[in-house]
Amino acid sequence: MNNPEWVRVFSSIILQATPLTIAVCGETLTERVGIVNLSLDGSMLLAAMTSFIVGLLTDSVGLGFLAGACVGALLALIIAFSSIQLRKDQYAVGFVLSLLGEELSAFLGQNYTHTPGVRVPHWGIPFLKDIPILGPIFFDHDVVVYFAMGLVALTSWWMFRTQPGLKLRSAGERPEAGFARGVDVNRIRYLYTMLGGALVGIAGAAYSLDVKLGWSEGHTRGLGWIALAIVIFGGWSPVRGALGAILFGASKSLAALLQRTFPEVSVVAFNALPWVLMVGVLLLVSSDVIDIVVRIFPERLRPRLRQILQVRPPGALGTVFRPGETGE
Amino acid sequence: MKVSLIDIRKYFGDVRANDGITLHLDPGRIYGLLGENGAGKSTLMKVLSGYHQQTAGTIELDGQPAAFDSPAEALRRGVGMIYQDPLDVPSMRVLDNYLLGRDSQLALNKQIGETELLANAARLGFNIDIRAYIDTLTLGERQQLEMLRMLAFGAQVFILDEPTTGISSDQKESLFQSLRKLAHEEGKTVILVSHKLSEVQELCDHVMVLRRGKLVGEADIPCPTDTLVRMMFEDIPPQQERISRVQDAVGLSVENVSFEDDRLAVKDIHLDLHAGEVFGLAGLEGSGQRLLLQVCAGFIKAQQGRLVLHGEDVSDYSYHRMREAGVAYLPAGRLEEGLIAGLSVMEHVALSDPQPTFTINWAHYEAETAERIARYQVVGQPQTPVDALSGGNQQRTLFALLRPDVKLILLEHPTRGLDVRSAEWIWQLMFGRVARGAMILFMSADLDELVARSDRIAAFSGGRMSRVVEAEKTTAEELGHLIGGEV
Amino acid sequence: MRFESWAKRLWPLVPVLGAILVTALLLLAFGVSPGEGFGAMLRGAFGDDQKLLSVLAFWVPLTLASAGLVVAFTAGLWNIGVEGQIVMGAIASSWVALRLDAPSYVMIPLELLAGMAAGALWAALAGVLKTRGKVHEIFGGLALNNLAIIFTNYLISGPWQPPEGGTFRGTAPFPEKALLPLLGESRLSPLSVVLTILALICAYFILRGTTWGLRLKALGKNAISAFLLGVRSERELILAMMVCGALAGLGGSVRVLSWFESLRQSISGGIGFLALLVVMLSGLRVTLIPFIAFFFSAVLNGSITLQLRTQLHSALGGILTAVMVLLVLLFGDPNQLNIFRKETEVDSDE
Repeated sequence: MNNPEWVRVFSSIILQATPLTIAVCGETLTERVGIVNLSLDGSMLLAAMTSFIVGLLTDSVGLGFLAGACVGALLALIIAFSSIQLRKDQYAVGFVLSLLGEELSAFLGQNYTHTPGVRVPHWGIPFLKDIPILGPIFFDHDVVVYFAMGLVALTSWWMFRTQPGLKLRSAGERPEAGFARGVDVNRIRYLYTMLGGALVGIAGAAYSLDVKLGWSEGHTRGLGWIALAIVIFGGWSPVRGALGAILFGASKSLAALLQRTFPEVSVVAFNALPWVLMVGVLLLVSSDVIDIVVRIFPERLRPRLRQILQVRPPGALGTVFRPGETGE
Repeated sequence: MKVSLIDIRKYFGDVRANDGITLHLDPGRIYGLLGENGAGKSTLMKVLSGYHQQTAGTIELDGQPAAFDSPAEALRRGVGMIYQDPLDVPSMRVLDNYLLGRDSQLALNKQIGETELLANAARLGFNIDIRAYIDTLTLGERQQLEMLRMLAFGAQVFILDEPTTGISSDQKESLFQSLRKLAHEEGKTVILVSHKLSEVQELCDHVMVLRRGKLVGEADIPCPTDTLVRMMFEDIPPQQERISRVQDAVGLSVENVSFEDDRLAVKDIHLDLHAGEVFGLAGLEGSGQRLLLQVCAGFIKAQQGRLVLHGEDVSDYSYHRMREAGVAYLPAGRLEEGLIAGLSVMEHVALSDPQPTFTINWAHYEAETAERIARYQVVGQPQTPVDALSGGNQQRTLFALLRPDVKLILLEHPTRGLDVRSAEWIWQLMFGRVARGAMILFMSADLDELVARSDRIAAFSGGRMSRVVEAEKTTAEELGHLIGGEV
Repeated sequence: MRFESWAKRLWPLVPVLGAILVTALLLLAFGVSPGEGFGAMLRGAFGDDQKLLSVLAFWVPLTLASAGLVVAFTAGLWNIGVEGQIVMGAIASSWVALRLDAPSYVMIPLELLAGMAAGALWAALAGVLKTRGKVHEIFGGLALNNLAIIFTNYLISGPWQPPEGGTFRGTAPFPEKALLPLLGESRLSPLSVVLTILALICAYFILRGTTWGLRLKALGKNAISAFLLGVRSERELILAMMVCGALAGLGGSVRVLSWFESLRQSISGGIGFLALLVVMLSGLRVTLIPFIAFFFSAVLNGSITLQLRTQLHSALGGILTAVMVLLVLLFGDPNQLNIFRKETEVDSDE
């Protein structure tokens, strides 16, 4: 297929953005229900390692992904348990788990670095992949990429158009109200935290089995933190989060492109870009900066613009819910 | 549906919130549950509505014992409660909030929900904007939504917890009318939980009085006020003579001030406070009176106009500079926005010392704190963490932290949640300051408090300030109209 | 009753034992007997004088950073950026070492001051991002961490590369007079030990005895109320970050001027993150910091020997420490032994 350069670039952006998109959807669900899973970075590392090794040893990509999902869900369970049952600080537990995940992945994976393993087979969707321009960009990848796209749509629909979605949102926004409506807040919190964790694990697996094949120490380092930032930037909405993931995916491709065109722009810029971008997007959605940005535009557009840019975290994020303990 | 509460007890540790209460309620009547703050009324109703489980005793519906382990289940059995801060989800739209928990279908049927909601609204005479977000609604509207939700569930018993605090006269009229319709026309049971005698007498058929966790009396309405007062309080609280301390000198001048936040724009406010004056601000939540307090405190900068405090132009002062200039600001949430849970009373005293030293002399602060504890009659020790104090004592502690030379005290809801005795004491403390020339600017949802304590009052509605009225010459009723928008 | 008080007393040992158990299992999983594994670690830490001095040399920057972190955490700041502050301190000291030509007694103080200043400024940057930009200090800190490391790599492979060409290992070694005097053949600088002890005393004093410390404590518990009571939040938060950054930067200076003697790629090597673990374990008590830090230093140094002996990745040491902190976080409070019993309800007014 003779595609212009830019189509190939966009196609690779979609591929690059896939693991982030999956992780962002997962963490969005978790945070929407009121829990912050700060162990994302360590989870993804551990899941990437586990799924790579399992895939290698069983020669099955499917089992690899399953293993990754289990790892992610397990770490998420620890966080949920520590917060809901033990009433401990979610941030502290999450952070330590992140470090632990990183160290464990380095230790347990030490014999498998730089080894070729299994990979997700390419599978362009027949028919759709032949559509000019859109085809190669979106429909000429593999199941994991399509899964990510479907996941965004599914998560969005689930959260905003279904009854369980309303319940999930109430658990994170105002659990007392949910409780009064018959929502079992803590059970939902366990459920979606583990589901979110499983998705994060799948995202890690998507890395070592699809996007950046293989395993090496620190394989996915940094991605978890970027995912956490994107959840905020995305205003806790899957679609907007996916756009954020694509933005980051684009930044990598863009940096690679720049490096080829301007070789004197050293590796420094390439490496620094995601971090600068992370701070940038977080600044963009903070209220003070929004004020400054909005002022550039004419009066008419300002409220709309403010509404688009402003993000509002779930009201009960990071808090513990104890049924029957609200005083007046 | 007949409801019986039989020997209900609810204990929280040592505290006996409900200590053996027995009530019988018939359908088609409006009941008033009367008692001062802390008497146990809310707790009892939370037990009936499934939010709490009773420590002992039984609930019977139509003669059958019933046990609810959640408010949702109670609602399914026909008992619904509307809280003082309704349990809705602020970030959702009205329709989504209504549909939450409505049924167990997977996909939301917004069409049907909308039709149902609007039909029920019409039935009760309410006007609802389906598309609005809950957090843009007024308290009265949120109450209405909760009532509609319960109606949709087929509730037979409607419990309303202090519903008239924070709504306008018109909204109150509307509410009372709908309640009368529900009870007298549709045969439901309505229970009004309140500490306001006048309202209970206005709306209810039968009143039950609680005091310190026990049922101390019942009566049919009409009933002489004195009887009810004697049931509510062990002794009739002394009616303090209101002595005016207003001086001639103007202490605070708010000159053509305009300010806004992202919800509301308030324009051209003009106010002159005299030294020694108590000025009350009435208004529904979000009408602008809180913003005015925050402007005077230095939190928000006014876009236009001037603020002059005893001759000093303080328009540009930050909060901390205002504080140093003698302005004190006491927000409503004592533990959230005033005291620091985890720190002791002594540490608070050290923290608010206007002339702190580099190193802390703990012995000095311990003595200082003990002195203040005695003076303000705080039940506690210097080392006591403030979160271990009761609400009334926390409020007293906040007062104990004020500078001796404070010139202007800004308060949001100074006696919210306090029983009559504590509230009286707080006001005596404030009058003490006023006698020394301090000014008080406060907002309250309790119209009776405004009338009883202020020298002058103004009402806010939709960002506009009404005419200023003399407290002696106005009534709670008139204020109720002013906050509803009458100018 | 007797059993309960016994259990409470012995409870702190449980996380330690738990961590040791997990480590033992991992050793077994990789075919190394726990006896051999732990033996190697112990020998690696305490085998001889040199080893012990190495542990102490590692202890210094770890304790410095931890002391600073207690101040930051007391103010409620999750200063994850401490790693980057260590690195920037190292970079600043390296700049003085490589660019300045002066006698030792001038160079060394300047280097240390430069390190503290750089760490403080880097921390202030994260602080401003938080106070003005509302960017949570976790994200700001992480981004700045990575930027500091990227900067280091750039310096090593670029302007400061050794004369034999960029190797990505480190810069040219610093001149003798730029380095901290060491104890004998070890890499421990006695001066740095003195400074560390001073730092601990300062941190303790600040938090217990000064008004500023009380203000930080207030901010950490309830920033809104603290502001209302007169605490100038923004100023104090930035200052707290700067104090933490200064101590971390000092740790970086010590690292680069004694342990490594040139700026390396992994100049900090995770000391910042380790310091976070130390502080979490200490419950913000300064008095416990030096002991916990010593324990961690011993474990980590020991695990390097373990790697040499058994070919097992030295991350095992990190695993041991992280598991211990996790267990303490989850189960460390003996008063919560009844957590699985039915809750007693608590209600406020009414």
